[in-house]
Amino acid sequence: MKILVCISNVPDTTSKITFTNENTAFNTAGVQYIINPYDEIALSKAVDLAAAASGSVTTITVGDASTEPTIRKALAIGADNAVRVDATASDAWFVANQIAAYAKNNNFDLILTGRESIDYNSAQIAAMVGELLHIPSVSIAKGVQVTNGQASVEREIEGGKEVLTASLPIVIGTAEGVAEPKIPNMRGIMGARSKPLEVIAAVAVDPLTTVKSYATPPARGSVTLVNEDQVDELVNLLHNNAKVI
Amino acid sequence: MSVLVYIENTEGQFKKSAFEAISYGKAIADQLQTEVIAISIGTVKEDELQKLGGYGAARVLNVSTDNLSSFVNQAYASIVATAAQKENASVVVLSNTFSGKGLAPRVATKLSAGIVSGASALPQINGDTFEVQTSAFSNKAIATVSIQSAVKVLTINPNAFPSKETGGSATVEAYTPDIPSTDFSTTVQEIVRATDTISLPEAEIVVSAGRGLKGPENWGMIEELAKVLGAATACSKPVSDAGWRPHSEHVGQTGIVVSPNLYIAIGISGAIQHLAGVSSSKTIVVINKDPEAPFFKVADYGIVGDAFVVVPKLIEALKKHKGN
Repeated sequence: MKILVCISNVPDTTSKITFTNENTAFNTAGVQYIINPYDEIALSKAVDLAAAASGSVTTITVGDASTEPTIRKALAIGADNAVRVDATASDAWFVANQIAAYAKNNNFDLILTGRESIDYNSAQIAAMVGELLHIPSVSIAKGVQVTNGQASVEREIEGGKEVLTASLPIVIGTAEGVAEPKIPNMRGIMGARSKPLEVIAAVAVDPLTTVKSYATPPARGSVTLVNEDQVDELVNLLHNNAKVI
Repeated sequence: MSVLVYIENTEGQFKKSAFEAISYGKAIADQLQTEVIAISIGTVKEDELQKLGGYGAARVLNVSTDNLSSFVNQAYASIVATAAQKENASVVVLSNTFSGKGLAPRVATKLSAGIVSGASALPQINGDTFEVQTSAFSNKAIATVSIQSAVKVLTINPNAFPSKETGGSATVEAYTPDIPSTDFSTTVQEIVRATDTISLPEAEIVVSAGRGLKGPENWGMIEELAKVLGAATACSKPVSDAGWRPHSEHVGQTGIVVSPNLYIAIGISGAIQHLAGVSSSKTIVVINKDPEAPFFKVADYGIVGDAFVVVPKLIEALKKHKGN
């Protein structure tokens, strides 16, 4: 089984998010980058599936050379080889087209990606890649099983879950529950240095969206503290002032 | 020109987010001085479809063939995209629900349309420029995104835009576009719905608890508080990681992002990753015995006290309030 895992290079979850160039660009100064946590789940699942079916795991990342430490970490976790599309990930449409163009020529049985990246959170890649390749997709999967060329996927729905099946190939966006994130061991880290990392040129695609500016969310007012012996007062405030109950 | 809104149903019923979507579409149509057309897929009764007229839909396209009774995102995307072309839609609106997330990017791809997911306000339309706000960096920022394509696809978060009754009526038309059989690529085997709980992403009130509760056996009072308030229950990441509560309840940067009217956080310190998932809540109440807990800095109301003492008192006070 050949598996492709899409890896996004994102700011660490503890990063302070600030902007430069008159709030038109993310301020990368002092920011640590990590594998997008949902992509780490996808990768961990892929490594398990490949081990069970003597398959292979390839990762693909759209980004410049600064993303390579993140790609090496993915190799240390257990991917066999990596591809970097040498371009700026301008929007989801651009990225999905790069992934689809590479996948088209390489016949993967399974394409896994995180349910969303924690920087742009659009959750668009899985369904876009599925559409571009004319294959099924599940955007937010909580559980994935693959047997005899069939995928069984548990996906989240409002107030419950749905189990669906599809023939491979399929694109699946993974959420928590699909796999426990793997931590690279020393052997993996050493081995990652010599695993193949191929750099390819981007296919020409014009992005369809552009971020014009960023703002930080408005600060909240200060907290009104209520004595723990006066919970009636809290109920009163929620009813009469906040008007939420 | 028109605005097309895909209206999602749950077992034949339109939920609150469906009426929010049609109202959002109506407001955009007003800006563009055009009409809003709704499209419903699946088995929905005529009187339920008619309700959309009351929120501004001029027409409702009703696609209800047997093979579409369960959600197949490829087939649904073909239908919505075909309808968008037929109606010459310049904007297509969908709800940013779990199914909407699997559907909208496919619709956008079919239409070569730029898409913004989780729009938090109406777009600013000025001649050829079309800009809309959405959250970025897991709610730590707001991005203003410009869409360059002729057709635009927007998804709207639950609770982000209030539904508004306009008092009109709609004509319901049966619509049966040709869908290639290859679109029926996934088969739903099972749907499990928890009937007695409220869906977390759509909930107007959320009661959430963290490690301060010490163990899963202590969640009884959280569930009772939620029941009294008609709220959904949620938890912090350490709680779901420890297996005390299911992952589907984990609210935060790597879990579910919520924007209810009221978020009550009990025994949660307020790590930056958790705050990212709740910061767009309208009112936040924090109950924590540690007065230094960072959550108090973003709270509207707070009680410094032991959850095991405060929560039972709060349940009693709310019962008394409801009784009046």
